[in-house]
Amino acid sequence: MINKSNKILNKAITKLVNKTYQYGFSTNIEKDIIKKGLNEQTVHLISQKKQEPPFLLEFRLKAYKKWKQMLEPEWAYLKFPQINYQEIIYYSAPKSQKKLKSLNEVDPELLQTFEKLGISLTEQKRLANVAIDAVFDSVSIVTTFKDELKQYGVIFSSISESIDDYSELIKKYLGSIVPIGDNYFSALNSAVFTDGSFCYIPQNTICPLDLSTYFRINDKNSGQFERTLIIAEKNSQVNYLEGCTAPQYDTNQLHAAIVELIALEKASIRYSTVQNWYSGNKFGKGGVYNFVTKRGLCSGIQAKISWTQVETGSAITWKYPSCILIGENSQGEFYSVALTNNYQQADTGTKMIHIGKNSRSRVISKGISAGKSKNTYRGLVHINSKAFNSRNYSQCDSLLIGNISNANTFPFIYVQNSTAKIEHEASTSKIGEEQIFYFLQRGISLEKGIELMISGFCREIFTKLPLEFAAEADKLLTLKLEGSVG
Amino acid sequence: MNSTTILEIKDLEVWINNNKILKKLNLTINQGEIHAIMGPNGSGKSTFSKVLVGHPAYSIISGEIKFKGMSIIEIEPDERSHLGLFLAFQYPIEIPGVSNADFLRLAYNSKQKFYNKPELGPVEFLTVINEKLKFVNMSSSFLDRNVNEGFSGGEKKRNEILQMILLDSTLSILDETDSGLDIDALKTISNGINKFMNPSKAIILITHYQRLLEYVKPNYVHIMHNGKIIKTGSADLAKKIEEQGYEWLY
Repeated sequence: MINKSNKILNKAITKLVNKTYQYGFSTNIEKDIIKKGLNEQTVHLISQKKQEPPFLLEFRLKAYKKWKQMLEPEWAYLKFPQINYQEIIYYSAPKSQKKLKSLNEVDPELLQTFEKLGISLTEQKRLANVAIDAVFDSVSIVTTFKDELKQYGVIFSSISESIDDYSELIKKYLGSIVPIGDNYFSALNSAVFTDGSFCYIPQNTICPLDLSTYFRINDKNSGQFERTLIIAEKNSQVNYLEGCTAPQYDTNQLHAAIVELIALEKASIRYSTVQNWYSGNKFGKGGVYNFVTKRGLCSGIQAKISWTQVETGSAITWKYPSCILIGENSQGEFYSVALTNNYQQADTGTKMIHIGKNSRSRVISKGISAGKSKNTYRGLVHINSKAFNSRNYSQCDSLLIGNISNANTFPFIYVQNSTAKIEHEASTSKIGEEQIFYFLQRGISLEKGIELMISGFCREIFTKLPLEFAAEADKLLTLKLEGSVG
Repeated sequence: MNSTTILEIKDLEVWINNNKILKKLNLTINQGEIHAIMGPNGSGKSTFSKVLVGHPAYSIISGEIKFKGMSIIEIEPDERSHLGLFLAFQYPIEIPGVSNADFLRLAYNSKQKFYNKPELGPVEFLTVINEKLKFVNMSSSFLDRNVNEGFSGGEKKRNEILQMILLDSTLSILDETDSGLDIDALKTISNGINKFMNPSKAIILITHYQRLLEYVKPNYVHIMHNGKIIKTGSADLAKKIEEQGYEWLY
């Protein structure tokens, strides 16, 4: 009996989760690429292509040397075939003759691509309250509202351009939060990163628009190695959103990004991600390998950094957005929904490093696993000896759908100061056949029932997302789970 | 069968894990009737109730179930619900994160949609549900709580009856709705059932106790044993069972 009801449940889960990936198309465009493989020469070539100043080439070479000495980390609860780093293309950019002066010069094919993704870059149709930096494979295509933001002193541009225009800031902060040798993938990224966004919010400024970067991997064999750097000066505030998609290929693409945030005294940064890279087909073929290092530093008193992530895509997710709370009374937050289905694997969580007095952190993680997927929360709360009266609250909830998915929680807590207060709550629940049957008996279809349960499970996180994203995230989860039950 | 027959079961045989649970079961229920099914533990009462509403765990080997003259064996559980079959569960399950208000409205609207009737928004629905809450003596604060989560035994059972009233089912099966209730809760629930019942409907009460039958008067009492109905009688049969147990019947 159990078998039959499971079968029904699994059929429905499969149906729910396997809705076609609507961003799976690719764009045919003439490309400028550096041939596959990684050696010192590749690093030189990337730097040359981007006409970088010498300090950056040095930075890259140092990183490359470091990377050569390191080994891929094996501690994560992930299983995947060895990545062949010599089969990856490290630079792939749409061909263009000269630097683009305005949107009119952007290849219409590219604009159309973003249009199809629901991101309008043209003046008439773009969102009125969000500035967007659109990154396509290795380069930023265009950044909207750049000039308007400049009037407020806010810098929002691609990191490549910023290296020319704001080299002092870049020199000072690049690699200051995530050092080159922090981990294997940060070393790799530091050697070969190609583009990403740079944001600078001056003192006493509330950024008038939400800033957003949309990452699109298009090329079949290229990796995407982007870098984002956000600096919020004293008493400033910014909301940043990140979205990601990739075409549907049988092969795996590597995405190894670094995000560094710096919040000075009384500054506040809210960083939200909706990650929907292609996750592979239902047999586990293809999908993006997503190895990302995200870290924020609350350097001044009362600084605040808040990470919100909705992770639904990627074959593999390896990602721990973290906060280093140096400033007194500083605050770190991590809100996460991670959904895995089919053969997806996610090992994600956060690190909250408390150094300043009265620093506070809050961690809410919601993992949903369906199909044969593995979903792991891994977190560290570290209270330093000087972090008097600091507090942490962590809550990790897992929701299992079906009988063969897997959920794990690995919380690490190190406390070196006895005045600290730490709370940790965890729960694991399952959408069981009997719950589903209860819905059905009341005339509620399987999809509707699951949708209701999932959105109830995630509500706390979705309320943290900016409005435009919250509705999208809700839709996305339902879409990803379509066919996964019943 | 005549025109007022709601349910007609013929020679129903049901298996689960290679065990025959129901053996050649026969039962006919007409409009306006209340049937009580009693029987010792493990006699197949709960299986019977779940088979009627299409629980996927059970496989029907042979026999026929006709609801309003139509065979329903191949019909999905949610559609059976729309057609007017309702089961008040013995152990209503908790659904964390889903508010009762959302749940009830979705259930109501699903049926509305099935019959091409307009679905209700949250505010309009509130008027509808507040009216029904009175039947089971519940306050509207109860709508904000998650479905059955942290409910007392009595609240869970009242919630089941509320749903029955809301969905206005034709045939309602109440699986031990009376067990675990104190006398006041039993009276409230019985009142709700009696107000709901009318000549076009029918109810099956599955119970161990005569107590409920004092408040909700059955037309027939059936004794189920070993997957079959072995005796059918009037309300007096239940009284006799209460006094003498089941042994004398075997």
